[in-house]
Amino acid sequence: MKILYGMQKPDEGTIAVDGEQAAFSSPADAIARGIGMVHQHFMLADNLTVLENVVLGSEKLYGIGGNARKKIKEISDRYGLGIHPDLLVEDLGVADRQRVEILKVLYRGARILILDEPTAVLVPQEVDALFDNLRELKSEGLSVIFISHKLGEVLSVADDITVIRRGTTVGTAIPSQTTPRQLAELMVGSELPTPETAESTVTDQPVVTVKNLTVYASGGIASLGELGAQPETATAGSAGAAPGADVLTEATTPGAAKRVLDDVTFTIHAGEVMGIAGVEGNGQTELIDALIGTRNADSGSIEFLGEDITGWATRKRRESGVGYIPEDRHRQGLLLESPLWENRILGHVTEKPNAKGFWLDIKGAQDDTRRIVEEYDVRTPGIDVTAASLSGGNQQKLIVGREMSHSPKFLIAAHPTRGVDVGAQAQIWDRIRDARREGLAVLLISADLDELIGLSDTLRVIYDGKLVADADPATITPEELGSAMTGAATGHLEHHDSDGVSGEDQDR
Amino acid sequence: MKKFNKERVLLAVAGPVIALVLAIALTSIVLLASNRNPFEPYVLMLQQLPYSDVQVLIINQAAMYYIAAIAVALGFRMNLFNIGVDGQYRLAAVMTAVVGANIGLPAFLQIPVLLLVAMFTGAFWAGIAGVLKVTRGVSEVVSTIMLNAIATSVIGYVTLANVWGVQVGNNMTTGVMKKSGWFPGINLGSDVGDIYGMVFVAIALGIGYWVVLNRTRFGFDLRATGASESAAAASGVDAKRMVLVSMLISGAVSGLAGLPLLLGDSHTYSLDFPAGLGFTAIGIALLGRNNPGGIAFAALLWSFLDKASPALDYATPVAYEKEIATIMQGLIVFSVVISYEAVRQWGLRRQQRQVGAELAAAAAQNTKKEVAA
Repeated sequence: MKILYGMQKPDEGTIAVDGEQAAFSSPADAIARGIGMVHQHFMLADNLTVLENVVLGSEKLYGIGGNARKKIKEISDRYGLGIHPDLLVEDLGVADRQRVEILKVLYRGARILILDEPTAVLVPQEVDALFDNLRELKSEGLSVIFISHKLGEVLSVADDITVIRRGTTVGTAIPSQTTPRQLAELMVGSELPTPETAESTVTDQPVVTVKNLTVYASGGIASLGELGAQPETATAGSAGAAPGADVLTEATTPGAAKRVLDDVTFTIHAGEVMGIAGVEGNGQTELIDALIGTRNADSGSIEFLGEDITGWATRKRRESGVGYIPEDRHRQGLLLESPLWENRILGHVTEKPNAKGFWLDIKGAQDDTRRIVEEYDVRTPGIDVTAASLSGGNQQKLIVGREMSHSPKFLIAAHPTRGVDVGAQAQIWDRIRDARREGLAVLLISADLDELIGLSDTLRVIYDGKLVADADPATITPEELGSAMTGAATGHLEHHDSDGVSGEDQDR
Repeated sequence: MKKFNKERVLLAVAGPVIALVLAIALTSIVLLASNRNPFEPYVLMLQQLPYSDVQVLIINQAAMYYIAAIAVALGFRMNLFNIGVDGQYRLAAVMTAVVGANIGLPAFLQIPVLLLVAMFTGAFWAGIAGVLKVTRGVSEVVSTIMLNAIATSVIGYVTLANVWGVQVGNNMTTGVMKKSGWFPGINLGSDVGDIYGMVFVAIALGIGYWVVLNRTRFGFDLRATGASESAAAASGVDAKRMVLVSMLISGAVSGLAGLPLLLGDSHTYSLDFPAGLGFTAIGIALLGRNNPGGIAFAALLWSFLDKASPALDYATPVAYEKEIATIMQGLIVFSVVISYEAVRQWGLRRQQRQVGAELAAAAAQNTKKEVAA
């Protein structure tokens, strides 16, 4: 993928575009050849309009004024993208932002589109809309390379499937003649893993009790203001929220800041996995931060094993048994340029086997890293390589291994299998299930609804900082969950009774 | 696995070597452009090396550079840019000189007291920047630069005749320190001079720096913060406390930077006390890659350029300007920044590729075995 887009050079082999051999030394070369890429993480400037974002970097094509606007409208109409060039990007939802990314690529004259896991951030209804867009592009004669680990999506949208495993092509398939199972077997080399938990292990012993937890958008950030915490705060609240959601902000708040977490209350018991569904940017990040202690709660309390930990520092929480699989492993889970064994120490520097009193126990940490590499099947030539040189899945396995090695009592698992190949995914699920059987309480936050439904014992839906709905994972479907994620449904997500969690009414 | 260790060393050395070669090449170009012999100045400077008195000068100067650079490197390791080393060590030297001139304890007490005074003063001055950063979010770059200027004024005040100043000729000094506070050195004969005793303190500091950084929990937290602020916060490092503590330590170390000269030779703070050490130290810490061994090498190199270059002025038959050494120092800093970044990125990519290749090879072997079985 990186090679196709000119970000990396191939060591061997050739690329032919329209039957002509091509060599790319930079993304600009790829763009010149008509190849465009839509990244998994959007590369848009929030405080600029759609028009400005689209012309940024290719001002020469159609100028920056009326011509460009006309061109954008033309593309938008032709492919049914429905984008208005003068809206601010920060006012757009995730799905619209993705369409802006696609438009950006088309604007630069791409005939071949690469989409990298485009559905990871979308709810099912939005995925369908995206697929309609893609079919539209296809009918206009464009080629689309759609990269995804979700089998159903690939089967429904693709005309031709190529399966890649560990860097080599392991097979090709034609969707109409292939079942998900066959495809999965190609991908994993064995049977399809499912995230289903066998029997309930939920006990009545509460591990984590969160009461009326509220966090405001500004302030209460534990880290230093200058050191980069701010942009996150600025975008997180608005990323997926529908316009008009700000009305909910009450004037009683100091400085009238937006509540990014609003009166969140829940209890997780030993042996319970509580899943939180929601479109990204609806308060998940803040919830995680408040639980791990990198952000202070503005009001409300967090109780852990009967102790009030609301005021505890992150380190004390981690020492006392809160495990943490962070959302963004590169930013929060790893020191990318440090060797694996130093990464094994990260987060547990005060604990055995990493430290003896004031001193680091380097040998202990290295030995234990070898154990983790072995037990969790982290594919690496050794423990002295940097974390950056491992693939995402192996990095994640290392993190899971590290957190599980300290036998946590409460695990915050944010997107534990994001960007992880199917084989590693199954392993990670197994680990979480095993620990749950032994009485671990898990807060699972994921954009993968199948994972949420399959792994959770209870499900909650977060929308605009509130827990607006709950559901029984045994009966709920991804589509039903999806409608609650956009705020369309609240309360208990079943046919009859509605003992809503938050009691807040926010129908639109 | 061993291979990756070896490779690390290779990468660590490649950066400075490339930088030095580049700097020498660029200096030669400058010489050529001004119609001079592009190589002779190096020869002339190297010819100074065998002289014992030059060696002593180099080592003594290097000790001061070394201490200051360790102070800078401490900050660098956690992404703190302590530009205030300059003000911290000068202020610390003044205070130490004043205390040394006015208090007379036996030597075994006097010297530790003086060291403590210096460290405390340095820590205090750096601590102001630390507190400002932690409480008000003021960038340490800005505040330490300003504190440098304030330190100059404070020193001016302290050395006033009606405060603690003593006029000697037309030089303002702080008076001669009591003999018990003179740090004994190693005398190598009257025509060679003393190696300051503080040189050994500098070496001990370098060892301490390495041990604290690489073998303690605190050091790990500090390095983690430098490597990734967000990952460190998630791992439980209290960023504010970390900033304050490292600022204080960095300041305490830089407080010692002026002492080799003060306690070993001048025994008074006067207007001609060297200034600008703190800025030079930034370049030295960069060249030394914040590594105690690397910094020692860089400090010696810098000191060599300083002490060997005056000979250029007296060279026969053609004299060269001794500023060639200054040009070279500037070019070294310049090329260091470029070459390190290039080597770092190249190294990361290379390792990624190697790991990929090794894993692919292992996977291929596995499948072959499977097929065979």
